Amino acid sequence: MINELGHFALILAFLVAIVQMVVPLIGAQKRWPSWMAVAEPAAGAQFALTAVSFGALMWAFIVSDFSLRLVVLNSHSAKPMLYKISGTWGNHEGSMLLWVLIVTLFGAMAAWFGGNLPPTLRARVLAVQSAIAVAFFAFIIFTSNPFLRMATPPFDGQDLNPLLQDPGLAFHPPFLYLGYVGLSMAFSFAVAALIEGRVDAAWGRWVRPWTLAAWIFLTIGIALGSWWAYYELGWGGFWFWDPVENASFMPWLLAAALLHSAIVVEKRESLKSWTILLAILAFGFSLIGTFIVRSGLLTSVHAFANDPERGVFILAIMAFFMGGALILFSLRAGVMEAKGVFGIVSRESALIVNNVLLAVACFVVFVGTMWPLVAEMFFDRKLSVGPPFFNAAFTPFMVALGLILPIGSVLPWKRARLSRAIKPLRFAFVLALAVAGLAWTVQTGRSLLGPMGMFLGVWLIMGVIVELAQRTGRGGDRLGRLMRLPRADWGKAVAHAGLGVTMAGIAGLTAWTVDDIRVAQVDQPWTVGSYELTLNSVEEQQGPNYVSTMANLTLSRGGELVAEMTPEKRFYPVARMPTTEAAIDYNLARDVYVVIGDQQSNGGWTVRTYIKPLTNWIWIGCALMALGGLLSLSDRRFRVAAGARKAAAVPAE
Amino acid sequence: MKRLALILTLLAAPLWAVQPDEVLGDPVLEERARELSKGLRCLVCRNESIDESNASLARDLRLLVRERLVAGDSDKEAMDFIVARYGEYVLLKPDVTGANWLLWAAGPLMLLVAGGVGFAYLRRRQTAKAPTEAPLSTDEQARLDEILRR
Repeated sequence: MINELGHFALILAFLVAIVQMVVPLIGAQKRWPSWMAVAEPAAGAQFALTAVSFGALMWAFIVSDFSLRLVVLNSHSAKPMLYKISGTWGNHEGSMLLWVLIVTLFGAMAAWFGGNLPPTLRARVLAVQSAIAVAFFAFIIFTSNPFLRMATPPFDGQDLNPLLQDPGLAFHPPFLYLGYVGLSMAFSFAVAALIEGRVDAAWGRWVRPWTLAAWIFLTIGIALGSWWAYYELGWGGFWFWDPVENASFMPWLLAAALLHSAIVVEKRESLKSWTILLAILAFGFSLIGTFIVRSGLLTSVHAFANDPERGVFILAIMAFFMGGALILFSLRAGVMEAKGVFGIVSRESALIVNNVLLAVACFVVFVGTMWPLVAEMFFDRKLSVGPPFFNAAFTPFMVALGLILPIGSVLPWKRARLSRAIKPLRFAFVLALAVAGLAWTVQTGRSLLGPMGMFLGVWLIMGVIVELAQRTGRGGDRLGRLMRLPRADWGKAVAHAGLGVTMAGIAGLTAWTVDDIRVAQVDQPWTVGSYELTLNSVEEQQGPNYVSTMANLTLSRGGELVAEMTPEKRFYPVARMPTTEAAIDYNLARDVYVVIGDQQSNGGWTVRTYIKPLTNWIWIGCALMALGGLLSLSDRRFRVAAGARKAAAVPAE
Repeated sequence: MKRLALILTLLAAPLWAVQPDEVLGDPVLEERARELSKGLRCLVCRNESIDESNASLARDLRLLVRERLVAGDSDKEAMDFIVARYGEYVLLKPDVTGANWLLWAAGPLMLLVAGGVGFAYLRRRQTAKAPTEAPLSTDEQARLDEILRR
């Protein structure tokens, strides 16, 4: 019964979405207030209905209702509750329902918090947002309906892919989707502005919080996914340049570019058409991401539903939205003339360099991701483009970005004198150089990557400190002035420092990892780096839905106990899949990462040990970036905008 | 039995390798083998190098690399040998031959184009005249009045 209600709610939501797509758009064109007003209640209703539908599906997973085909294929009664819930979106149909739920959520939020938008713009934004929802509702209902029943329900399900049964991954898809779909708001604003034929500072201010929110969610989602890969896949890599990872990384890069260029629109009324184009492309890359994952075009771990029919459907959705938006763009871009005047050396130009670097970096990732396909189709060559290519072709852009960031962020608007602006940064530069030199001398004969990463990390963080110090002026109540800085400034500082921390972490991990692989005998200690490890025992254990081979190791340094470690090898009998559970001793300076392998014929066990310096900095940096975004999002000018809505809600006499 | 003996001999000296029994006796050769392995794709995996993969096919390839190196091949000869047998699909870093130069040049070329466009825009902005503000339209005037009345 609940399933049918969910199914019915889904179809109703589809119908509401169609109404919301058409009526407000006509209303905005003809200036009929009553037609435009349809958008707001429709957006709320659409979200409520989709939420009911998603809730019904989740309920089916929670109670293990094996009359639903989807639950049979992806769940099992012995699975822990957390993974029953996360199983709702751990499959194709459920994840698409989550996707469309978030589309409607953003639409509803735009309706609720968009009180201060001009009525025509609001009606158009909501109509475009609803058009996206219509496409995906149709996709779900016609090609991947989650509410299909089984003719004869089995006694138990086939279990979720064990790799996905993990707390890190349980929340990775929702965050990623919030990010992907958050960019649909920027897209809707861009298309609505194109229809409206008008982009001004206010538009920049409205679109920025949505982009910022999407970027924060993407940052968190990508960090969670990378952290999961690090501890779950068993050899301690954090980024694989897998097509699906790239699919989430490209929108992140463009969202980062977009939220910077929107600042120029907001503050200086320039870069308008570029910002619009970026907003369209950023969401376009979200759709490409969905297409890559869902079609299985580029095979990858994530493609749990490879189905050509679905791929073609999403390709059609993508072609429609991108094609439509780009045609509209080419017709209307001329209308948007820039107003601000500024010099070659200015904050504006630094932000343009930022945009060029981020967009070209995204392009490199895109070309690398698609190249195997292009080469096979047009040049009849079957080849791979793997991490070595991306490391070589992508890294220079990030290094350049890191180098110019502190300079760009202290440059004043309009026009600047470079020598005067960078003078205070000389301490940061010297300190960064010193740290890099230290790293260079401590390591011997290894790659330049480590010292370079250290330089960038210190340069970025010190740059932030110098900038904050500058903002407080001279003498008097400097601390008070620091505290009273707008939250947007704090957000900028924290996010930029976070980028520095992440860069240092990546360099440390990549350049200075020490690994050791051996057959270990029980009670025979060995050393890796400055650590000593002893294998104490290996035991079989029974988990809730798996059997585990658990080793017990002692990690010590200079005779002192550091940690007891218990790496596991698990086997999931229902899915018939093994997984490795690494044991990791975390700290700020390094991770010690231990994986247990197979038993050898002489009774010893294969044990891999990695010492990975600065690894946690990667995720701490990501957390700082997300926090910076959050601080910026809570800035007064956005809160005041929200407050204006409340004031407007009071009926005027 | 031979393998067991091999493992036992290897246990005496701590070595760096992917599986303990694959390690070469000569640390220089082993280091080269590992470097090469990082650039070779495990054919049955997804974007994983044979250095990282647990698949048995990856193990075969790792052994093959070591075999070639022990036989006295240079790095390039060993790679060519493997590419000749498995196709260029095994290379994680595509070489710059034929149309592949497009792949490698895509980033730098795009940077030039984007940089050029950006610079041209900057030049225009530098010399542009600040536009005179257009008077408010009737709609805007009405909205302004409404706001001011509040």
